[in-house]
Amino acid sequence: MNNFNYTRAKNIEDAVLSVSQNSDAGFVAGGTNMIDLLKYNLIHVTLLVDVNHITGHQAVTENADGGVRLGAFATNAETAYHPLIEARYPLLSRAILAGASAQIRNMATNGGNLLQRTRCYYFYDPHTPCNKRKPGSGCSAVGGYNRIMSILGTSEDCIAVFPSDMCVALATLDAVVTMQGVDRTRSLPFAEFHRLPGNTPERDNNLQPGEIITSIDLPANGFEKNYSYLKLRDRSSYAFALVSVATGLDLKEGLINEARIALGGVAHKPWRVKGAEDFLAGKPPTPGNFATAAEIIIAGAIGYGHNNFKIELAKRAIVRNCLMALNPESQRPGAHPSL
Amino acid sequence: MQTNPTGLKPKIALANSRVISFHVNGIPRMVDVSPWVSLLDALREHLDLTGTKKGCDHGQCGACTVLCDGKRILSCLTLAVMKEGSEITTIEGLAQDNHLHPLQKAFIKHDAFQCGYCTPGQICSAIGMLSEGKANSRAEVQELMSGNLCRCGANTNIIDAIMEIKNAGGYE
Repeated sequence: MNNFNYTRAKNIEDAVLSVSQNSDAGFVAGGTNMIDLLKYNLIHVTLLVDVNHITGHQAVTENADGGVRLGAFATNAETAYHPLIEARYPLLSRAILAGASAQIRNMATNGGNLLQRTRCYYFYDPHTPCNKRKPGSGCSAVGGYNRIMSILGTSEDCIAVFPSDMCVALATLDAVVTMQGVDRTRSLPFAEFHRLPGNTPERDNNLQPGEIITSIDLPANGFEKNYSYLKLRDRSSYAFALVSVATGLDLKEGLINEARIALGGVAHKPWRVKGAEDFLAGKPPTPGNFATAAEIIIAGAIGYGHNNFKIELAKRAIVRNCLMALNPESQRPGAHPSL
Repeated sequence: MQTNPTGLKPKIALANSRVISFHVNGIPRMVDVSPWVSLLDALREHLDLTGTKKGCDHGQCGACTVLCDGKRILSCLTLAVMKEGSEITTIEGLAQDNHLHPLQKAFIKHDAFQCGYCTPGQICSAIGMLSEGKANSRAEVQELMSGNLCRCGANTNIIDAIMEIKNAGGYE
């Protein structure tokens, strides 16, 4: 870890001013990813601006439109266990609790969850080329050991996976991200927040330098009657997803009125395909229809060798999770499979 | 490098260092730390509280788990300066008046450790887990303790020890 200075911001304006005036400054909230990256010398800061003592962004509150606002500095644990989230957005609660460990969820914040970096092994190894860490140096994962890497939305420059569980649920729920900079506040639909790697894999998302996430808004529909989060991984807890699926179904008279399906562990951002959701609308919730939707979602997937298995795994996970969503009570702790 | 009981290191000039204060195990303490010193290193190297263990130092093993304002956190992924003004509880602060904490007794009774390196983190984590009140079954206890790894393989006995205290309705 390099030497740096540290200050506690009193308010958002103070924080964004400090960081925007110094290109080597960074925010720290929970620190669970930031401090680890500093320890690996993967990021260097000359000033760390602590935003944990800023008030007004730590709560989970109801919005006038019937939705709910998640303060960016509320912890993952506070959010997952909040009565409003447990009752109205159990999919989000499930997804958060499937991620990390209890200690990390007690520290990590909602805003920070959106901003966590990939867990690609080459990104973490400074002795290997990595376009995300050092633009233009090459991608070691393409042609390297790529078991955990992406199968969708990849580019020749980067096949890294965005590791969040929480964000898979936020994508499913059509959340809106609000961020503040020195001279403006703006919002982005969740689907537009994270980026595909393209030829700029060093940019994970569309947050601009000096901007900070202040809140995440959830629309009123939480799909609380029929939802499921399935996370498949190398051990049954405390591991990143190889493939994860979030499903929300709105059923009407035995038919699917609206379906939402997002995948984690397969791309540089949570993966949603509108065509598959449109296909399911108006149809009965059968394994066959879910299998067709899975084919639509996975269309165009590319395996890089070690991760070829993810293509079939993702298809089966989609079908299984959609069936689990028909019976949410069957879910077990930590997003373990229930069927 | 010499340390003294206050954690202050008077003769050594540390870049950007500052004196911060927090309560550790109920006692007000001051430490002179640089901003990049983790809470774990502040406890172990500056305050000589070596009960809290450094395992991976990257948030993957849980050996460094302490309670901060009653909540279990990883001291390795926390900067000491971020916890100024907080109440920290470590394994050294659990026994009261020479009586072991009930979880400490249960760990001994159930042979819940072999090498013991993960034990301080396991016990602090279990105290945090029980006060969270979210585990209603053995499976849920296992899931909510998954952030603490035991490479000796004592996990079954660790969960046995925690379940005994949980089934007894806690310890307070």
